Amino acid sequence: MNVPDTLFVPMSKNKGTAEAIVRIRLSFWQEAWLRLRANKLAMAGLIVIILMALLAICGPLLTDQSYSKQVLLDANHKPSALHWFGTDDLGRDVYARILYGARISLFIGLMAALIDLVIGIIYGGVAGYFGGRIDNIMMRFVDLLYGIPYLLIVILLMVVMGPGLLTIIVALSATGWIGMARIVRGQVLSLKSSEYVLAARTLGGGAGYIIRKHLLPNAIGVIIVQVTFSVPSAIFAEAFLSFLGLGIQPPLASWGVMANDGLSTILSGQWWRLFYPAFFISITMLAFNLVGDGLQDAFNPKRRR
Amino acid sequence: MKTTTTNASDVILEVNNLHVTFTTHGGEVKAVRGVSFTLAKGETLAIVGESGCGKSVTARSMTRLLPEHTSKISQGSIRFKGKELTKLSEKQLRELRGSEISMIFQDAMTALNPTISIGEQIMEGIIRHQRISRAEARKQAIDMLGLVGITSPEMRLKQYLHEFSGGMRQRMMIAIAAVCKPSVLIADEPTTALDVTIQAQILELFNMLQKKTGVSIILITHDLGVVANAADRVNVMYAGKVVESATVDELFRNPQHPYTKGLLASMPRLDTDKSLPLTPIAGTPPDLFAPPQGCAFAARCSHAMEVCGAFQPEQTAVSSSHSVACWLQDPRAKLVFQPPSKSSIMTAQG
Amino acid sequence: MIVTLWLIITVTFLLMHAVPGSPFEKDGKNANPTAVQNLMEFYHLDQPVAKQYLIYLKSLLSLDLGPSIGHFPDTVNSMISRGFPVSFQLGIVSLLISIVAGIALGTVAALRQNRMIDYMAMIFAVIGIAVPNFIVATLLIKYVAVEWKLLPVATWGSWKHVILPALALSTGPLAIIARLTRASMLEVLTADYIETARAKGLSPTTIVIKHALRNAVLPVVTLLGALVSNVLTGSFVIEKIFAIPGMGKYFVDGINNRDYSLIMGTTVFYSALLVIMMFLVDIAYGLIDPRIKLHRKEG
Repeated sequence: MNVPDTLFVPMSKNKGTAEAIVRIRLSFWQEAWLRLRANKLAMAGLIVIILMALLAICGPLLTDQSYSKQVLLDANHKPSALHWFGTDDLGRDVYARILYGARISLFIGLMAALIDLVIGIIYGGVAGYFGGRIDNIMMRFVDLLYGIPYLLIVILLMVVMGPGLLTIIVALSATGWIGMARIVRGQVLSLKSSEYVLAARTLGGGAGYIIRKHLLPNAIGVIIVQVTFSVPSAIFAEAFLSFLGLGIQPPLASWGVMANDGLSTILSGQWWRLFYPAFFISITMLAFNLVGDGLQDAFNPKRRR
Repeated sequence: MKTTTTNASDVILEVNNLHVTFTTHGGEVKAVRGVSFTLAKGETLAIVGESGCGKSVTARSMTRLLPEHTSKISQGSIRFKGKELTKLSEKQLRELRGSEISMIFQDAMTALNPTISIGEQIMEGIIRHQRISRAEARKQAIDMLGLVGITSPEMRLKQYLHEFSGGMRQRMMIAIAAVCKPSVLIADEPTTALDVTIQAQILELFNMLQKKTGVSIILITHDLGVVANAADRVNVMYAGKVVESATVDELFRNPQHPYTKGLLASMPRLDTDKSLPLTPIAGTPPDLFAPPQGCAFAARCSHAMEVCGAFQPEQTAVSSSHSVACWLQDPRAKLVFQPPSKSSIMTAQG
Repeated sequence: MIVTLWLIITVTFLLMHAVPGSPFEKDGKNANPTAVQNLMEFYHLDQPVAKQYLIYLKSLLSLDLGPSIGHFPDTVNSMISRGFPVSFQLGIVSLLISIVAGIALGTVAALRQNRMIDYMAMIFAVIGIAVPNFIVATLLIKYVAVEWKLLPVATWGSWKHVILPALALSTGPLAIIARLTRASMLEVLTADYIETARAKGLSPTTIVIKHALRNAVLPVVTLLGALVSNVLTGSFVIEKIFAIPGMGKYFVDGINNRDYSLIMGTTVFYSALLVIMMFLVDIAYGLIDPRIKLHRKEG
């Protein structure tokens, strides 16, 4: 190799980039959002959820039919230009009932998830924060409850309280908070003693600062994921109860109730009565699950699912 | 770009201009950028360097243990007993692994399967490579355990990983690797996870194995103390290249490369003045996504010249068994700085 | 464990007696008052609640779940003994399908990560979790039984009758197991001991089946208790849809008829079953993972 002699002089040191920074650092939330964006399935799920929400909110505006008006002459008509999704056995427009049903099903799902969230955070947070005996007692209690099949209790509660919108929500939240409580407590416990919290405290960080900058970002991720999974779980439970005859009472209808009503008709060929509610239930649950998965991956990239 | 060897006919492993790249989301990482060395029968070669210098990758690429889809040997040759390993199929390589070329990993706690008995883990290697009965394999396993210094080996066979201490686990791993009497044993940081006293025992075990079976050992480590103790020859690696190669004696007495000197100087010694601060090598290794054009150590080298930033240094022979890749070896460099001192006490901050 | 059982019994008992109305009213009309009085005495319903509770506990100890209210003269015990074997069959078959197919699917997906099979398997799995099993059941009935006439539509009898309901019941757990196995397998495959196994020259099949799988299924075993619970509650609806004379049907009937002793009895039975299952799962876990056994010995 022919190397020029002139190069044999000491190197000017401003060329020294011994510790150059290679990549820009984004905040935790920005990175998570980017990762979520890249997940096509999760994005699809998110779009579906937004659509469902719009359907539920704008429902009545999207149809001029009533969900409860019975026109017996029109009973069991196939989908047509007038009745987009057909009619049920009492002549009610299925499309309109789906729209109203969206409100009910989503409302139940969200309320149950929200109540779970609140109770769970309080219970789990207290247990985790105080630790020691209080935590012990609280967790023994939860463990006992956890062993009981949740749907069993829901069913029993429904029997006792009689079917209805309020009772369904109460029954679902009465058992669903356990999952959230456990997760929150687990997070609080592990975060409390984690090294970076210790480091932050050593550097003089007060409780508020630590909670804001360290505990919350890490705990919230898991909590959000859990909420995203609670919703479909509640929707499913409601549909399940309806199938057992413990659901909402007419003329109100949730998708679960509609599916139950439509069940008996598969053999008689009125597929639209089962198909539409089942489709909407499935797709909503699917969407929430996909988003939940996506969030899980976005918040914790180490977890190569 | 070959280093000279002691006796050509004794060479069983010959690596020539090895290049290994990884494909990642961020781009291609050139982890090994032209490594060459030889290994003779019955000798122990140490490969030293800091984390990320490519020593582990080099070791794993011998039998192509790296992940198939994300890594490749982009250039170079690996000849083992005359066979070109880079041209062998996966099936053929599997014949070699464990029987001719074996590996020992750093942490025995995670490198061994916690849900399978130790005896089974030893025996499956034997049965895989030799057509013998389970009873025969069992006997060999017991003998091997005895050889590595495990007491009551028959009982130990049925036990599980978590029932052993750290030193014993490492012995188990060595037993598993050595049981088929391989020609080459590659040990990746075998003592890093152990206490100093256990370290000494394990190194002694290597020594004993080598004397008994004539196995050649490649010892990967970042600990120069281990090198001094256990190796015959040393390769110092930095940023994917071998920067200096010598016998242990030559390396410690007459280090040539500024990086080697820096490593030696940063080691705490019993005879140094305790009131003086330790002398680390400033800076961090370069990003191997886009390796520098010239010598990778230039940014941290106090003797860097313009040529170092522009061209890769060539290998220069200091003696028949000692070579260095550094522009300071070029005669023209002698006029630039003070000539490098032959004393190993000199610091890199000259 | 026993405490959980007792808790369930007590809670159920209290719930049952919190329901307004007597079980002997039908549409608000009372039957002959003397008859009612006799019935009340027979079922101990005239006693104070606390006493009824104790009476019930006592009878439980002798494994007597009491007479059924709605289906007199049937006793709850006999109804359970009729219905349980059917439900058990259904449950076992469905669990086996879930476990075997789930683990296989998850393993294949992990081995061919990010390729077409993985993608499809995971979509299938998400659908399995999201779509309620009763919807799957109705779809199966509509197409497989009615249109294609491959299998019987409903009821029980031959082995053919087991297939559709077991399939429907298995989709949820199958999906969960598949996803869990995949995630677990992916993690295990990056473990150091897998690298060691490769370095020994073992074949990929041996590595996956002998080394990886054993460690990868551990989380699945942990989940088994919850899965059994899942299958159990799922069976209520499936049995209703397929008109299968199992315990689920009796339970649902009892709910709809306000047959307290039946509800109590089946609840107690189910709970006992679950508790036993959890216990068995614990044992299974210890068998697979030798580390657990040691902890048990040390108490």
